Amino acid sequence: MLNPMQKILHILLALSMAAGLLPASAWAGGGSLLPVVPEAQDRFSETQGCVEPTDEMRRNHMEHILHQRDETVYRGIRTKQYSLEQCINCHVSDTPDAPRYSSEEHFCNSCHTYAAVRIDCFQCHADRPVKSSNPQTLSGQMKSDMQPSALSAMPHQALATEVISHE
Amino acid sequence: MSDSANIDTYRRRFLGGTATALAGLSVAPGVFLHEVARARPADEAVTSDVRWGMLIDTNKCANGCNDCVTACNEEHGLTGHGRPETDAQWIRKVELRDKQTGHTQSLPLLCQHCEHPPCVDVCPTGASFKRADGIVLVDKHICIGCRYCMMACPYKARSFIHEDLQDQLPHAPRGKGTVESCTFCVHRVDNDRTPACVEACTAENHNAMVFGDINDPDSDISKQLKQHSSRQIRADLDLNTGVRYRGI
Repeated sequence: MLNPMQKILHILLALSMAAGLLPASAWAGGGSLLPVVPEAQDRFSETQGCVEPTDEMRRNHMEHILHQRDETVYRGIRTKQYSLEQCINCHVSDTPDAPRYSSEEHFCNSCHTYAAVRIDCFQCHADRPVKSSNPQTLSGQMKSDMQPSALSAMPHQALATEVISHE
Repeated sequence: MSDSANIDTYRRRFLGGTATALAGLSVAPGVFLHEVARARPADEAVTSDVRWGMLIDTNKCANGCNDCVTACNEEHGLTGHGRPETDAQWIRKVELRDKQTGHTQSLPLLCQHCEHPPCVDVCPTGASFKRADGIVLVDKHICIGCRYCMMACPYKARSFIHEDLQDQLPHAPRGKGTVESCTFCVHRVDNDRTPACVEACTAENHNAMVFGDINDPDSDISKQLKQHSSRQIRADLDLNTGVRYRGI
């Protein structure tokens, strides 16, 4: 429990942050409100973490995913660079206890909670990499395609060249 | 010089032919080399040069066999709630009985992937659509769940999802409030593989289902369609279905 003095201090801090008087990082000590974003499993290339520079991904990932969505559904284009499946394969752990989207520990939700964004992607789409508990549904080539390990095993260069042709 | 070049060409052709013949022998039944050769790169859009179709031989389809249905359910993670009236069903076995003779036969019924699909005609949002290569799909992102398409479909091929779902498979996104149906395993077809039902039927050596490009005169399905008589179900509707049947 906070005593009244602490409460007032917190309110003042919050107000000054909202007014831009203090950088958000000043608040980021213990009990931070800033999202704790889980680390990705892999890097896109030596120089770049994600499929676009991080700033671009933070602001515009939804545009990339939306564009890819229509390309895939209507035109059958299945490149991996902007595919939601690959986002999940890389950003969510493939262990059985991996967080679901409903948890704030889930990569997507960690930030969406902070930004007060509600999405419905995961009402239909898998919010975790394909589970090893369901291997009999996947056979042959598709299986190796979809295992997250396939992504990590793939040389970065190969992934990069494959997807650039889509530009 | 020219002689040796000719010999090389000849040898190459011969070796190529041998390799092809050997590969032809080693490839599983139902998988043909021209399909491998036609592999579409992942970044290339589908075109209307291809029209996917299926030929089902009801004489080879055994009464009581459910392998195609099981394979479909597993492939797409379709689970029931013990309510057959409303549970999702992308492919089902239908039994036909001649009332006079008592002769029964059995066939799998799935989305017929019509050239002129009534489900697409009636869809108010454009969610129901036909891909350039003839596969009829639902864009669940814009499906509002009105179910007009379910009423329009003469084959009762579509299902509505009534329940919240969890643990969908990455290649088969499904969700409450949208309509769904057979996709010809579009995620497999885009990777040059055959649909799960056909694979299961072939694996069990029933060989009652053939899948392929009916625009390609050299494909197995086109050859079989040319050689044997086949029928469309409700051909009177002029929908030009992509799924054809033999023996009914």
